[in-house]
Amino acid sequence: MAEMPIVDHKKCNGCGLCITVCRCNALVMVNNVITIIETVECDWCTDCEAVCPTGAIRCPFEIVIQEHRDR
Amino acid sequence: MAVQLDFLKGVPFFSGLGLPDLESIRGLVFEKTLERGEMVLLEGEAAEGLYLVASGVVKVFKTSAEGKEQILGIVRPGESFNDVSVFDGGPNPASAQTMGPVLLYGIRKDNMVDILRNHPQIALNVVKVLAGRVRHLLSLVEDLSFRRVIGRVAKILLEHAGDGTGHEPRLTQQEMAAMAGTAREMVGRSLKALEEEGAISLDRHRIIIRDKGALRQIIETPS
Repeated sequence: MAEMPIVDHKKCNGCGLCITVCRCNALVMVNNVITIIETVECDWCTDCEAVCPTGAIRCPFEIVIQEHRDR
Repeated sequence: MAVQLDFLKGVPFFSGLGLPDLESIRGLVFEKTLERGEMVLLEGEAAEGLYLVASGVVKVFKTSAEGKEQILGIVRPGESFNDVSVFDGGPNPASAQTMGPVLLYGIRKDNMVDILRNHPQIALNVVKVLAGRVRHLLSLVEDLSFRRVIGRVAKILLEHAGDGTGHEPRLTQQEMAAMAGTAREMVGRSLKALEEEGAISLDRHRIIIRDKGALRQIIETPS
């Protein structure tokens, strides 16, 4: 299952700006609230998070350590 | 499609104007429809006028001599951009590009000057908008002591790195920005720079620390 952005529906005001900037059709409006469609096309550009005026969409990063073996 | 009076009423520049005034302003506004990724204007070129975003989102940015992009702001519906060049007569101070399909309402330089002359009550609105812009840019200028921000972001990455089991809290760029006391745009730029330096790599939703030593060195480098 692909990791996808997370929507806080309490904060979502249905403005739809995230849909206009999404390049992979991962976001749709259902009953005036944003719904995420799981897709491998989502490259985590985080534009949806950047444009959301209410902070309703989050694109959280997992931070891990995998050092180069040849160092 | 006619420019909507309701939209103009909500524009901060025109706050407090009555319907007859808004009607006369509406006649001076032109529409521009653009697709995703289109350049609205280029930094340094002669300014055509200011733009109001009616729908969609526009990013305003400057480009360094090395081709690095610094986002100055994201302009959402109801907000304006390129107003500075209308008021000081200079060229476009930054470039603007659409982030999706966009409908813009434009006001040409000369027409905006006429609007100000004919409706002097909006001068205070203009001052308030530009003052807010100055405040935001001053904060960005402070952050553009770049090494300090990249060091703070590097520190946040080291402090929040997990072992890959997924138990550690994940962080958004907005959260990292809040922790680092900087703008979200600076976090994005810092992550790109750290990736270029080989200290991290970005794999979709994962930030992979490749060289802890390099990150520590960046943290310790004085600004």
